[in-house]
Amino acid sequence: MKLTFHIWRQKNRNAPGAMARYESSNMNPDMSMLEALDVLNDELILRGEDPVTFEHDCREGICGSCGFVINGVAHGPMAKTTVCQLTLRHFKDGDELFLEPWRSRAFPVLRDLMVDRGAFDRIIAAGGYCSVPAGSAPDGNAIPVPKTDADRAMDAAACIGCGACVAACPNASASLFTGAKISHLGLLPQGQPERDSRALKMVLQMNEEKFGQCTNMGECEAVCPKGISIEVIARMNRDYLKASWKYRGAQAVSGDA
Amino acid sequence: MAVTGALLVGFIFAHLAGNLQIFLGPDRFNGYAHALKSIPELLWVARIVLLTAVILHIWSALQLMVLKNEARPIGYERHKMQASTYASRTMYWSGPILACFIIYHLLEFTVGVGGTAFVDADAYGNVINGFRVPVVSLFYILSMGLLSLHLRHGIASAVESLGFSHPRHTPRIKLASAIAAALIFFGFVSIPVAVLAGVIPSII
Amino acid sequence: MLDAKLPSGPIEKAWEKCRFEMKLVNPANKRKYEIIVVGTGLAGGAGAASLGELGYNVKCFCFQDSPRRAHSIAAQGGINAAKNYQNDGDSIYRLFYDTVKGGDFRAREANVYRLAENSVKIIDQCVAQGVPFAREYGGTLSNRSFGGAQVSRTFYARGQTGQQLLLGAYQALERQIDAGTVKMYPRTEMLDLVVIDGRARGIVTRNLVTGAIECHVADAVVLGTGGYGNVYYLSTNAKGSNATAIWRAYKRGAMFGNPCFTQIHPTCIPVSGDYQSKLTLMSESLRNDGRIWVPLQKGDKRSPDQIPESERDYYLERRYPSFGNLVPRDVASRNAKAVCDEGRGVGEHGLGVYLDFSASIERLGVDKIRERYGNLFEMYERITDEDPYKVPMRIYPAIHYTMGGLWVDYQLMSTIPGLFVIGEANFSDHGANRLGASALMQGLSDGYFIIPYTLGNYLASNKFEKVDASHPEFAAAKDAVNQKTNALLAAKGTRTVDSFHRELGKIMWDECGMSRNAAGLESAIGRIRELREQYWRDVKVLGGNEEINQSLEKAGRVADFFELGELMCQDALHRNESCGGHFREEYQTPDGEAQRDDENFSYVAAWEYTGAEPKLNKEPLTFDYVHPSQRSYK
Ligand SMILES: Cc1cc2nc3c(=O)[nH]c(=O)nc-3n(C[C@H](O)[C@H](O)[C@H](O)COP(=O)(O)OP(=O)(O)OC[C@H]3O[C@@H](n4cnc5c(N)ncnc54)[C@H](O)[C@@H]3O)c2cc1C
Ligand code: HEM
Ligand code: HEM
Ligand code: SF4
Ligand code: F3S
Ligand code: FES
Repeated sequence: MKLTFHIWRQKNRNAPGAMARYESSNMNPDMSMLEALDVLNDELILRGEDPVTFEHDCREGICGSCGFVINGVAHGPMAKTTVCQLTLRHFKDGDELFLEPWRSRAFPVLRDLMVDRGAFDRIIAAGGYCSVPAGSAPDGNAIPVPKTDADRAMDAAACIGCGACVAACPNASASLFTGAKISHLGLLPQGQPERDSRALKMVLQMNEEKFGQCTNMGECEAVCPKGISIEVIARMNRDYLKASWKYRGAQAVSGDA
Repeated sequence: MAVTGALLVGFIFAHLAGNLQIFLGPDRFNGYAHALKSIPELLWVARIVLLTAVILHIWSALQLMVLKNEARPIGYERHKMQASTYASRTMYWSGPILACFIIYHLLEFTVGVGGTAFVDADAYGNVINGFRVPVVSLFYILSMGLLSLHLRHGIASAVESLGFSHPRHTPRIKLASAIAAALIFFGFVSIPVAVLAGVIPSII
Repeated sequence: MLDAKLPSGPIEKAWEKCRFEMKLVNPANKRKYEIIVVGTGLAGGAGAASLGELGYNVKCFCFQDSPRRAHSIAAQGGINAAKNYQNDGDSIYRLFYDTVKGGDFRAREANVYRLAENSVKIIDQCVAQGVPFAREYGGTLSNRSFGGAQVSRTFYARGQTGQQLLLGAYQALERQIDAGTVKMYPRTEMLDLVVIDGRARGIVTRNLVTGAIECHVADAVVLGTGGYGNVYYLSTNAKGSNATAIWRAYKRGAMFGNPCFTQIHPTCIPVSGDYQSKLTLMSESLRNDGRIWVPLQKGDKRSPDQIPESERDYYLERRYPSFGNLVPRDVASRNAKAVCDEGRGVGEHGLGVYLDFSASIERLGVDKIRERYGNLFEMYERITDEDPYKVPMRIYPAIHYTMGGLWVDYQLMSTIPGLFVIGEANFSDHGANRLGASALMQGLSDGYFIIPYTLGNYLASNKFEKVDASHPEFAAAKDAVNQKTNALLAAKGTRTVDSFHRELGKIMWDECGMSRNAAGLESAIGRIRELREQYWRDVKVLGGNEEINQSLEKAGRVADFFELGELMCQDALHRNESCGGHFREEYQTPDGEAQRDDENFSYVAAWEYTGAEPKLNKEPLTFDYVHPSQRSYK
């Protein structure tokens, strides 16, 4: 199988980049997209050309390392599928593929298809946790959790932090990612004590990281490999509005609320 | 954004209700127009609220636009939208055109410099005279289309931005938004169409 | 003889007694200690977060872009705990017993008992962190039985247990990062350990973005860098999983325990072509409802629906009537290999066996099967383009876990004072075979509930003179790292790193994989040496050091895999017995089962780096509670 790739090449964070064209006839429909790049890279190395840099680790759709835009769609044409799980069966012999990195100011390109998603870590650090020092927890069954709540919390918790939502959002908003964590913890009794401060701090951090604002376009949900629903964004807005009302006027908003 | 949007939607519905009284004849309609103006304080309060809402709305839209452009300084070579609607993607077009429409609309019916015959205190006559000019009617109909498009996304979006969501109700909100948008479209459009078709004056 | 410093007295009280005897660090002084934690998986992440919480000054490292991506995230099945919530007769003692027996009597009893004890607290801790474990309608935690256990003690969060546990640890870690107690260094790879005056005092790292080689000084170093299954090239491990950190520590004097003990998971998706870069695990739970078979006839190329019942061989049900398809992992894997070696394997390359759900679908209905395994079936179809509701799945064993690792004493300290090793990176509590759902348990036990105590004990018991990065040992380690990097870049040969890695992996899989024999291992050692020599001459790594260079990263890791692979073969060759995952063809019972030799091999083999041939040290194992017996699943 033959494919033509147009791939964004950029040496480092500050260098300018451009699309470059490569052809390979050694493709196989059973390969994953990343294996296709492995094969292409082996060819490039043997020709003495720089291999394409792309992020990856687990290659089974769970670590969230991988991801780029294929022909205009984050993670490519298959719904609920990361690029590491996307096989070439979904393309035809002779197809042209445009591979571009996630585009967002908050995710600077480090090299080729690799971006820096540190902003996501900082959003979690701002409040995406329950504060329980090791050893201080009550028995696991001390607080019963209704099954539906546990299930819905799990739906939201499935986020792998890949960044596709930001990449696809016309506003480059991180609302789906942030909303997913706020919803996951907000749906569980264990998350209640810090629910207000969590929403305030995480939303504040999200805005500080220079992500855009959500205008409910729904693109994020469509590309999310874990099928996170935009309901989590409304939930985030609700928690945020409620918390801002409760702490109105207080410096608590940015402090240790 | 959501708050200003909600205010604007509220006005639109009130205005629609008022305007549809045109089908009840000149007295009723002019009566309504007079009633509006009978308590100038109230009128001005409403006008100021409305104006502020419009200004704030446009201001936040501009902010959103700046943020959006800043948030993605380098765009994609290829970008294929997956889920967003035509309405949601054209907010930055439908909005400003609507603003132009409103300015023209105010000039025409409130100030009276719209190029169509204008008689102060005869709102009914002004409307009929205005819509007898097909270009004006056409412009109105087009604008109503855009308004409806803008609100189709806008209403549902405002509701979501205010934090309402539910696995069962969210699709309903979207549907309600579409229905409201359609109502607004057909409601407003019925007036110029009726005038052009000659239905309205003959009601008398 | 190695001393594991096991506490004396009854095993039920051992850990408590040991904790009481430990020295404590004055709370006000904790801030003054610098601790390095390498790894942010369940072990490292939980460890760094807990140490930060206690007030130590922690520096934490991982090679991924975020601590949340550590390989632990991929674990699917679940985590064991002796909660006995199901009232089905589980207890700490039973979990302890099962684990020692499952490990084929090559684990340390005291460690395993402590693990079983801690398991209970782990679940509480994770629930409080917001881990969304599966629940019953009444709101209580749900359990399943896993890996052939006779009690339901496995806690799970859909098929994403590892992910949820890791996110819990990651969030706790991020909280400490925000609080300033932990400083995180993502995209930073540890390339050497620095030992000063016999104690671990720091590491040398490479910044994977800028290429900068940096020195980090500390009072103690904790490694939680995961397993080394990627020696085999194809494994279920994440692509980045590597042995570099533990291998460097080995070369600085930490002994390596039982390197040849690897676990092969029986239910993975078979290899489909040379380009294959990794293997995907299909959860073991599938064996609860799937029947495993191959055609009776060799080379039968008919499609499975064309093969009548009478011409199918349900070999596990035939050979092990009482356990059937639920025999332990090592037994299931070995049998799959045996039937494929006989030429009865299925699929294009003949390396696969059927896992057939048609009987269960008939019995329980499609909906029930979909409810139980829907997402696994989807994943299978996505990868193979075959619909397992209609066509039997094809599965084949793959390398999955390494029980071996750096040798540690009861305090989880290696033979280098001040170097602690936790999680899959140590030689662990699993003996020669790990039971399902117990690696997650071990990682969290080490991280949340052991290292915070034992590390404090070490710090409080020792005096530390000030050291800084200008110390000659740091300079020497830095030089060594630079030299290695330059050598790899300078080779400018003709073959890619991956091509070498694939070749090494094939040797390891063929000779030191599911079954091993002396002749094969000897030849493997020779071939690995040759290949390694060729590697340093002929590898082609483009680009330079001062940039993001993924080929260079891989090249360094593969260089270490060559050396480790050789040691694994040597260990496998010296262990003249079969036990757990280590199956030596020469040592089997008449009906082909593993034949242990407790007389001569009831010890941990701890290998010491000498520069020339590695030196074997032994830690004898004694069993006072669970008496060694032949495992039988007939
Ligand atoms: C597919 C799969 C499924 C599994 N399912 C289960 C299951 O259901 N139940 C169960 O109990 N176990 C399961 N296991 C086993 C279990 O997941 C692992 O044993 C366990 O997660 C290991 O955790 P860890 O913290 O020791 O290491 P890891 O999670 O591997 O973390 C290693 C960390 O070290 C860092 N690191 C490594 N090398 C370096 C270096 N040189 N420099 C800097 N940082 C470095 C990495 O960045 C990473 O953060 C499964 C394993 C696999 C492969
Ligand atoms: C210059 C003029 C205008 C511009 C640029 C503009 C732009 C926008 C944009 C970008 C949005 C999307 C915000 C979001 O979804 O969150 C929006 C929403 C909305 N607009 Fe406008 N608009 C304009 C005029 C108007 C007018 C005249 C009306 C009403 C008559 C109106 C009503 C609404 C409503 C109800 C919303 C939804 C609010 C929300 O989403 O929170 N807009 N507008
Ligand atoms: C067919 C459609 C419409 C008709 C017939 C109509 C008619 C009128 C009339 C007659 C007036 C003047 C009332 C008076 O001064 O006595 C008026 C005012 C106004 N209209 Fe409309 N209108 C229509 C659509 C709209 C739309 C779509 C909008 C906004 C998006 C709008 C916004 C306004 C505003 C802001 C005023 C000024 C109110 C004031 O004086 O404070 N109109 N309209
Ligand atoms: S919400 Fe979905 S798309 Fe966004 S980071 Fe999480 S998994 Fe990726
Ligand atoms: S696409 Fe963007 S606008 Fe909101 S709904 Fe998703 S974040
Ligand atoms: S490589 Fe882990 S999700 Fe794709």
